[in-house]
Amino acid sequence: MSIKERQEEVIEEFAMFDDWMDKYEYLISLGKELPLIDESKKVEENIIKGCQSRVWLAADLEDGKIEFTADSDAIITKGIISLMIRVLTDNSPKEIANADLFFIDKVGLKEHLSPTRSNGLVSMVKQMKMYALAYQTQV
Amino acid sequence: MSEVTSKFDVEKIRKDFPILSKEINGKPLVYLDNGATAQKPQVVIDALVNYYSSENANIHRGVHTLSQEATTAYETVREKMQKQLNAEHKEEIIFTKGTTDGINLVASSYGRHHIKKGDEIIISAMEHHSNIVPWQMLCEEKGAKLKVAPINDSGEILLDKLERLINPKTKLIAVVHISNTLGTINPIKKITALAHAHGIPVLVDGAQQVAHKMPNVRELDVDFYVFGLHKMFGPTGVGILYGKKEILESIPPYQGGGDMIKTVTFEKTTYNELPHKFEAGTPNIAGGIASGAALDYINQLDWEAVHAHEAELLEYGTAQLKQIEGLKIIGEAKEKASVISFVVEGIHAYDIGVIVDKMGIAVRTGHHCTQPLMDRFGILGTVRASFAFYNTKAEVDSLVEAVNKAIKMLK
Repeated sequence: MSIKERQEEVIEEFAMFDDWMDKYEYLISLGKELPLIDESKKVEENIIKGCQSRVWLAADLEDGKIEFTADSDAIITKGIISLMIRVLTDNSPKEIANADLFFIDKVGLKEHLSPTRSNGLVSMVKQMKMYALAYQTQV
Repeated sequence: MSEVTSKFDVEKIRKDFPILSKEINGKPLVYLDNGATAQKPQVVIDALVNYYSSENANIHRGVHTLSQEATTAYETVREKMQKQLNAEHKEEIIFTKGTTDGINLVASSYGRHHIKKGDEIIISAMEHHSNIVPWQMLCEEKGAKLKVAPINDSGEILLDKLERLINPKTKLIAVVHISNTLGTINPIKKITALAHAHGIPVLVDGAQQVAHKMPNVRELDVDFYVFGLHKMFGPTGVGILYGKKEILESIPPYQGGGDMIKTVTFEKTTYNELPHKFEAGTPNIAGGIASGAALDYINQLDWEAVHAHEAELLEYGTAQLKQIEGLKIIGEAKEKASVISFVVEGIHAYDIGVIVDKMGIAVRTGHHCTQPLMDRFGILGTVRASFAFYNTKAEVDSLVEAVNKAIKMLK
């Protein structure tokens, strides 16, 4: 499935929720289900410091595709990370670098990506793209 | 309800603040982030609009009527502020951009002049970054040392430990009046007495204080007192630095530019007198004038009733929040303003902040620009509810209900 198709799938899922509570309960459950990041990757150089919550992000290149793993100490942040990974992981560096992430706005989570939230998410998305650009030179 | 509280008509007061009837996420706004900035009464908003609609002119310069009227209006606020703070001279009132600007002014002007290599500055463990970083920068530049007076687990400064830090190298003590994170009201009078016994001047960060009680600078015997107007129901971008006249006269200007000079030639510039020596450039005239409206507004309130009401909010809020399982209040000083910081076991403050916002409740989450204080308590951040006189017990109930709901979702 392409990055675009994956985003459309997420949008469809979120369309089922009538109110914010259902949406956030889903996000929280996604956060809880996010596969644990390898402890060896939860190190200082992988940390993205937000003012409020911290995010750890690692990216590995395998068979020309990037695999992202991440974690956060805040569960809602973790839920959004889970969506980001679902959309972007296991794609080529080029696809990731060029991806237009329209789903965040469509599912009504844009506020979490505003710089004032200081939750590390904005930097995380930037960092995901940076990894993609860096790995582009290796494939 | 106590007799004092019943005299205090909070519903009537709320009508003075248009934003308080706003809805957030489809719910009535419950604004409990007054520690970050307070809301503005209509009279302050009107003063801003009125200034730009019919009074706008630059001050201290023009001979034309409009400029003279604007100058008078602006300078009248300085006089009002002098009376309010009980300062001896009106030249002791310096307009700044805010608390941070005031501290930087003192660090720069007083610091450059009086702090030398090997000297020491004392602050406390509960300072806001604004009362840490300017001193660190100064110390780095001068080769001076920053000393930190510790606090106890309730969040109170240990005065005996503070006293033991004082030595002949100590050149300044800078402390916060009310902690923005803990709500602790520090014993400023005791601290100035202690400092002055050793001939050391004291700067007080009054950012949070002015929302609850106007300081009496002569009674507190502070050498510098700084605050911003936006936390006392006035506009953003305006602050006050009070400084004792003899000290202000002895130190150099902060920034160079218009208004702060007497004569300028390419060879030599002579500086203007106080207070203009510290007020380079066109100031926030509208904000300054509207600050006068904020002062008038708070002065017509019954402050005895305000204090009783805020104390009741603090007591009620603390008792209600404490009933929540796993919730711990951070900061339990005996002398405390209406600020409640808390953590919930196993739940990140950010998550709670996001969920309660969905229910229309504005709280602050995070480290509140007091990272060393968070380290002291071994936490990353707290949820902070900070109350103003326009908050109600019903809003406390809404907060408690929302926090309970958030915990249920997040557990």
